[in-house]
Amino acid sequence: MNTIEMEVDVLVIGGGTAGPMAAAKAKEKNPALRVLVMEKANVKRSGAISMGMDGLNNAVIPGHATPEQYVKEITVANDGIVNQKTVMKYATSSFDMIQELDSWGVKFEKDETGDYAVKKVHHIGTYVLPMPEGHNMKKVLYRQLKKRRVEITNRLMATRLLLDEGGAIAGAMAVDSRTADFYVIRSKTVILATGAAGRLGMPSSGYLFGTYENPTNAGDGYSLAYHAGAELSGIECFQINPLIKDYNGPSCAYVTGPFGGYTANANGDRFIECDYWSGQMMMEFYKELEGGNGPVFLKMDHLAEETISTIEEILHTNERPSRGRFHEGRGLDYRTGMVEMHISEIGLCSGHSGSGVWVNEHAETTVPGLYAAGDLACVPHNYMLGAFVYGKLAGESAAEYCASHALPPVDNAQVEAERKRVWGPLDVVDGLPPGQVEYKLRRMVNDYLQPPKVTRKMEIGLQRFAEIEEDLSRMSATNPHELMRAMEIHAIRDCAEMAAQASLYRKESRWGLYHYRVDYPEKNDADWFVHVQVKKDANGNMSCFTRPIEPYIVALDEEEKTAYQKLRIVKEPAAA
Amino acid sequence: MTYALNRVTVPVTVDEEKCIAAKGCTVCVDVCPLDILAIDLAKGTAYMKFDECWYCMPCEKDCPTGAVHVDIPYLLR
Ligand SMILES: Cc1cc2nc3c(=O)[nH]c(=O)nc-3n(C[C@H](O)[C@H](O)[C@H](O)COP(=O)(O)OP(=O)(O)OC[C@H]3O[C@@H](n4cnc5c(N)ncnc54)[C@H](O)[C@@H]3O)c2cc1C
Ligand code: SF4
Ligand code: SF4
Repeated sequence: MNTIEMEVDVLVIGGGTAGPMAAAKAKEKNPALRVLVMEKANVKRSGAISMGMDGLNNAVIPGHATPEQYVKEITVANDGIVNQKTVMKYATSSFDMIQELDSWGVKFEKDETGDYAVKKVHHIGTYVLPMPEGHNMKKVLYRQLKKRRVEITNRLMATRLLLDEGGAIAGAMAVDSRTADFYVIRSKTVILATGAAGRLGMPSSGYLFGTYENPTNAGDGYSLAYHAGAELSGIECFQINPLIKDYNGPSCAYVTGPFGGYTANANGDRFIECDYWSGQMMMEFYKELEGGNGPVFLKMDHLAEETISTIEEILHTNERPSRGRFHEGRGLDYRTGMVEMHISEIGLCSGHSGSGVWVNEHAETTVPGLYAAGDLACVPHNYMLGAFVYGKLAGESAAEYCASHALPPVDNAQVEAERKRVWGPLDVVDGLPPGQVEYKLRRMVNDYLQPPKVTRKMEIGLQRFAEIEEDLSRMSATNPHELMRAMEIHAIRDCAEMAAQASLYRKESRWGLYHYRVDYPEKNDADWFVHVQVKKDANGNMSCFTRPIEPYIVALDEEEKTAYQKLRIVKEPAAA
Repeated sequence: MTYALNRVTVPVTVDEEKCIAAKGCTVCVDVCPLDILAIDLAKGTAYMKFDECWYCMPCEKDCPTGAVHVDIPYLLR
């Protein structure tokens, strides 16, 4: 096992969606910069969009939606807790990004006149743009990286960031999942684009890798940012999604909704007005699931044959193509039966909810030289297009920072400590297998953190996570692959602790099911209309504190504020 | 510590007749985001080494000879 040293100007960690865009844009800004994408898997097929995507969930296209309207929508969907400037920056950059992707060869659905065929799924506005041929996303991105001469290293997992004396970025350290070689990469800037913390909770099937998120996204970036002293925000606003029972494909209100499919209860009746994913919607979903009319289904059996084959074509070939095989195995046909649904394990993700590393509208974190984009950067409900937009912003900001900063020296003490930690499991004989530790940790996450959140349970959870911290140094790895898994467990455990601390700190309920605290069941704007931040303090302890919400730049009226509070369909009482 | 050897069936199978790993192909191993496929050097074919699958299918889609088949893991079927 060797130690390998490298030097670059911009180090992009994660080559999924936001990462390649960030690298391409940093190069575009200054082609002389040395830009490296470090990817844990292989850039050709990594991340959430590895097989492609069914559509844009949040396109803000002139003539269909305005940036102001979108900012309002996300403000109410995220229960008021947003830095509107960051959402506005996304909204005003969204259309340019669509046009750029279009020019790169990404295919979006257009109508007869050549206009983008946007569909309505959200409560207020119209933002969903289908991509029936969305399976070439990764190829398109890869071509751009090659064209711009971005360097790529595959199968490298970043494990810690390097800091200079003043706490600014000096690079990152990583381990090769094939050879266990240790990498020390000096860089002026780091862009974190490592995706969601998708391996936090355990799917109810018990299959550890059957998560909604690509399980390569174990939460490494959240842990990297935390240990570098960055602020994280909204960690208590968990990601929980409605999924097909036992299969991790989305229920696909976005795909089937515009065709007339909908979420129904056991009687085949609609119970929510709007299928757009929000905490409030998940709360109604959860109540129906657990109630007498449960479980919940996706209903399509009333649709015409033509419509159903179109839906099948999209759902069974693009984003999660094994879905067709799953249904076939159970003998389910959309024409004759409803699809049983369930809720996903908990995770952290700003792409879907609002939990991530704090960034401003330039994708800057609170650590100088550190940028974040995509699912791990706290811009609520940002989805794929948001990952591209913030990737671009991060790349441009990093390129600018490079122009006025020298490469900081490396602190050998940090390198020594990290090499010892990373190679540790290879030296342990007779240790705990990482798979077993992960199973136990994630089961505890389910037992103690899954909403409804209960104070005493979360406190016990924290005790268990502290005990598991002791176990980390007892893990042994018999090969580099297992070593990668062992290091991922360190990150998952950090995320679990952050999730518990932030949830205990916010003493109210908000975001529907995402932060439903049984012992503080009401929303309390008087005390908790604030961001909750998590950060490693000067003594190395996890601390929580509040950050005021910046004055809104788009005002909401009272009617709009409550739009997402009234999602349940109220039935007229039947005449006796 | 002593360890047990538990048997599990894996969701991804490779048709040994079709696989051309012996000729140097490593496509499925390269594209798998979870890095759970490997080449059996003795047999000259690819196989699933770790039961950590997202059933996402790049391995099947990108295999040049159609040798890979992805099933849903037994626990979820
Ligand atoms: C099943 C599914 C369906 C979705 N459907 C839609 C949709 O229809 N429309 C829509 O707009 N959005 C959709 N989304 C959301 C969208 O895909 C994401 O918001 C977006 O792709 C996130 O981009 P990202 O760059 O943050 O993460 P990713 O694209 O996942 O990239 C993260 C990358 O980081 C790498 N990585 C992780 N840890 C490390 C490490 N330690 N070192 C190095 N590399 C690392 C990973 O391998 C991965 O390649 C969906 C998401 C999922 C999971
Ligand atoms: S891609 Fe196909 S042919 Fe190539 S090694 Fe894998 S199974 Fe064999
Ligand atoms: S289905 Fe996906 S995770 Fe499973 S082996 Fe194939 S590429 Fe890897």
